[in-house]
Amino acid sequence: MTQLPDGRFVDDAPYSDSTDLSAPERSDMDASTWVLVWRKFKRHKLGLISGIFLLLSYLMLPVAGFIAPYTPNERSADYLYAPPQSVNFWHEGEFIGPFVYPTTATADLVNYRWTYETDETRPMPLQFFCEGATYNLFGFIRSDTHLFCAPEGATIFLWGSDRLGRDVFSRILYGAQLSLTVGLIGITVSFALGIFFGSIAGYFGGKTDWLINRAIEILRSLPELPLWLALSAAVPSNWGPVAVFFIISIILGILDWPGLARAVRSKFLSLREEEYVRAAEMMGAKPGRVIRRHLLPNFMSHLIASATLSIPAMILGETALSFLGLGLRAPAVSWGVMLNDAQNLASIEIYPWTAIPMLPIIFVVLAFNFLGDGLRASLDPYKS
Amino acid sequence: MTPLLDVQDLSIGFGPSEPVVRGVSFQVMPGETLALVGESGSGKTITCRSVLRILPETARIHGGTINFKCNGKAINLLDRSERVMRSIRGDQISMIFQEPMRSLSPLHRLGDQVSEVLRLHRNMRPADCKKTVLETFERVGFPDPARVWRSYPFEMSGGMRQRAMIAMAMVAKPDLLIADEPTTALDVTTQAQVLGLIKDLQKDTGMSVILVTHDLGVVANMAESVVVMNKGRVMERGPAAAVLGAPAHGYTKKLFAAAPMIPEVAAPAREGKHDDLILHLRNVSKTYTMRAGGWSKPMTVTACHEVDLSLQRGKTLAVVGESGSGKTTCARIALGAETPDDGGQVLFRPAAGATPVQINAMSQAERIAFQRQAQMVFQDPYSSLSPRMRVQQALTEPMEIHKLGTKAERREKAAEMLRLVGLDSSMLGRFPHAFSGGQRQRLSIARALTLDPVLLVCDEPTSALDVSVQEQILTLLEDIRDRAGLSYLFISHDLAVVARIADEVAVMRQGVVVEQAPPDTLFYNPRHPYTRALIAAQPEPDVNRPIDLTLVAKGAGTPASWPEQFRFEGIAVPALTELEPGHKVRCHV
Repeated sequence: MTQLPDGRFVDDAPYSDSTDLSAPERSDMDASTWVLVWRKFKRHKLGLISGIFLLLSYLMLPVAGFIAPYTPNERSADYLYAPPQSVNFWHEGEFIGPFVYPTTATADLVNYRWTYETDETRPMPLQFFCEGATYNLFGFIRSDTHLFCAPEGATIFLWGSDRLGRDVFSRILYGAQLSLTVGLIGITVSFALGIFFGSIAGYFGGKTDWLINRAIEILRSLPELPLWLALSAAVPSNWGPVAVFFIISIILGILDWPGLARAVRSKFLSLREEEYVRAAEMMGAKPGRVIRRHLLPNFMSHLIASATLSIPAMILGETALSFLGLGLRAPAVSWGVMLNDAQNLASIEIYPWTAIPMLPIIFVVLAFNFLGDGLRASLDPYKS
Repeated sequence: MTPLLDVQDLSIGFGPSEPVVRGVSFQVMPGETLALVGESGSGKTITCRSVLRILPETARIHGGTINFKCNGKAINLLDRSERVMRSIRGDQISMIFQEPMRSLSPLHRLGDQVSEVLRLHRNMRPADCKKTVLETFERVGFPDPARVWRSYPFEMSGGMRQRAMIAMAMVAKPDLLIADEPTTALDVTTQAQVLGLIKDLQKDTGMSVILVTHDLGVVANMAESVVVMNKGRVMERGPAAAVLGAPAHGYTKKLFAAAPMIPEVAAPAREGKHDDLILHLRNVSKTYTMRAGGWSKPMTVTACHEVDLSLQRGKTLAVVGESGSGKTTCARIALGAETPDDGGQVLFRPAAGATPVQINAMSQAERIAFQRQAQMVFQDPYSSLSPRMRVQQALTEPMEIHKLGTKAERREKAAEMLRLVGLDSSMLGRFPHAFSGGQRQRLSIARALTLDPVLLVCDEPTSALDVSVQEQILTLLEDIRDRAGLSYLFISHDLAVVARIADEVAVMRQGVVVEQAPPDTLFYNPRHPYTRALIAAQPEPDVNRPIDLTLVAKGAGTPASWPEQFRFEGIAVPALTELEPGHKVRCHV
């Protein structure tokens, strides 16, 4: 700073007027929107961890049979309501690798329950890449190799067994195949309907908009649970588990679309006011092109975030229906079906591990919520 | 005399990156107005917000002191507790924000909002509170303070809201008022009145004012001393008369050169030719029917009324008016985006001597041909380019829509257009959000030019830009017009911007053209009170030419308050009379 005689201060640093007109002003923004969203999302730790957790969960689905030591409906008739077993590494202070202690069941006829005794003198090492019951890898490759299984004469019930002696851990892995995908199929149905109705309501306005809005309001005013019940009660009871599964996810999707359609409609209305949309219209672009090239890409990210947030509702819906015995039915395995077995309060009290399927539901629903939250927070990368 | 506020060596940054404000120092004397001048990104708003410590959460103050004389002794505002700051905010230092639309709560009555300051700081009885607030309302120029007490912000116009905001800032009689671009969102006549009000209030109460602005004209009218900021550093600071009279720093000089001014005109212009009209709006009116809701009758709103405009090929016709004057409606009608009411006609002649196309009744084929010949440049450079499209996609889209050329030819044309607007073709693969407002506006002009149009409608293309960038864009537009023989329909709210680019100006007010002439004639001999008010309200960056508020007040009111000769109500307007060749005024003769 230099002081001039008239009392003012002038900066001495050399000043040049020339600027490079083509240089990006914000070099940190010099990337596609998805890259910017990803950069911002990376900083959202909880969302990132949830995203990785969900990714691993979904990647696990096709190979669930390989990871699970048992198949879902494989019974061990001698081990009904077996408690969770631990996998140990040290026996009497000596490292001998992963092993289990064998257990034997005795019927306690006084209290009318099963009690288990662990024989802690005989460590039995786990077997790896062993042969067991056959299952389908990726749904079509028949295989009987399991990642790990119990040695002859022992069992490996990591999270206990249920009333028919089926391994809860294995059933949870198999149940994930249905419970996690029901949300995806449901959301696809809901997406298709929501985008279709939301965008015609938003684009054409007027009478169409009025009709769709009233339809949405009527759908949303119906009490959800009784409606699910009514619709799934209408599914013929002689249908196979796969058909029931598809019908259930479609029912969930049909009841979920109004929320999404509203989101699409309001986003549509606000995006239509953007000047780039008006510019395209003035250049002579037809409505189809405006929607495809300008509107959809710009609200896709918002849709994905809101979809992520509505998947948990679907998962919970499936669980609720199956829990009430109106959704998926045995022999299909889903988390809701498993909880159906745990309906009996007395059995939860004596055999608390039968309620373990609640844990994956809680974790998955929370993870979807955190992920959706993180996505929503990073969707607008232009402001920072 | 000790300064009221003494900022020394202030540095503020966001996160680990380079500080955005570096080594800023200035003092504010009691009763003085200090102007913080700079363009967007200069750090002026961050600096003034740091005084109240209302910075964004991620901002960190790296160093410096802000000493404020509070009850006779100086305290450093940067190391006081939040509690002390709360007692200072609103009481000894208060602030007016830029957006009057967003800075008042829409759910509270104005009376409650304004009296909250007194309840928090003065512990007054409700009756005394109300009395003080009503007095303040009267002082800031509300004719009926009791009604304002009861009304909600959305019942008021922008200027009135800004008055209410000023009342809120003034009611506790602060020692220092920080006004962050208080008039940027307002029309020029309203701006003049609000500035006059702040000045009057300052004279009454003896408070100091920090005025943050980008407009040297506002500085010249208001400030005693000036701090010019650029990229977070002070470029020049000193008394306003000295800095504005003879800028010493290169940056101040540049700002000064870019400031739009209404020129001194020695003689009226000669009448322009009107023999080869590219665009002709004939007797165009547009009324909208608004559903009033419930069972009440639908209301009709007149956006524009009996507008006659003609644009000579290769020339620029400017339509000037405040918000709501109907200028944008005219532009949309001219482009065929709206149809005029029955009886109106819009004629477009693509080439000299060609048969005119009637835009308001085009066939599909004519419309497609017209869309290639007439294009539009939009106001907001931040929303006129899709954030999902690379520059190349945005520039080639018009050609794709009209199925012109091969892929390689389109790319070549896009690169050529970039060069035409002064940019480098390396930008093609980039995304628009990496660029500044000025660069984006260039892109948007390039996009409008890819179809080789003959008519360009510019809807306030520079009003969202900094003055120095505004100047560059205007130069670019003039250059392109002369090189490519384009004709412009130029919409603006700013007479000074129009002064340099237009060949003819139509001044609009409440949907009607009140005066129409070449700019020189208009500035030499403005006849209509509204035009006079617009010219008088334009702040000039010259301390010796203050705004003449009486002239502004005379013309800025409703048409019913104009002198007998010009007065009208509703749409019962007098005819547009040609007073001298090429100079039309709406008046009773």
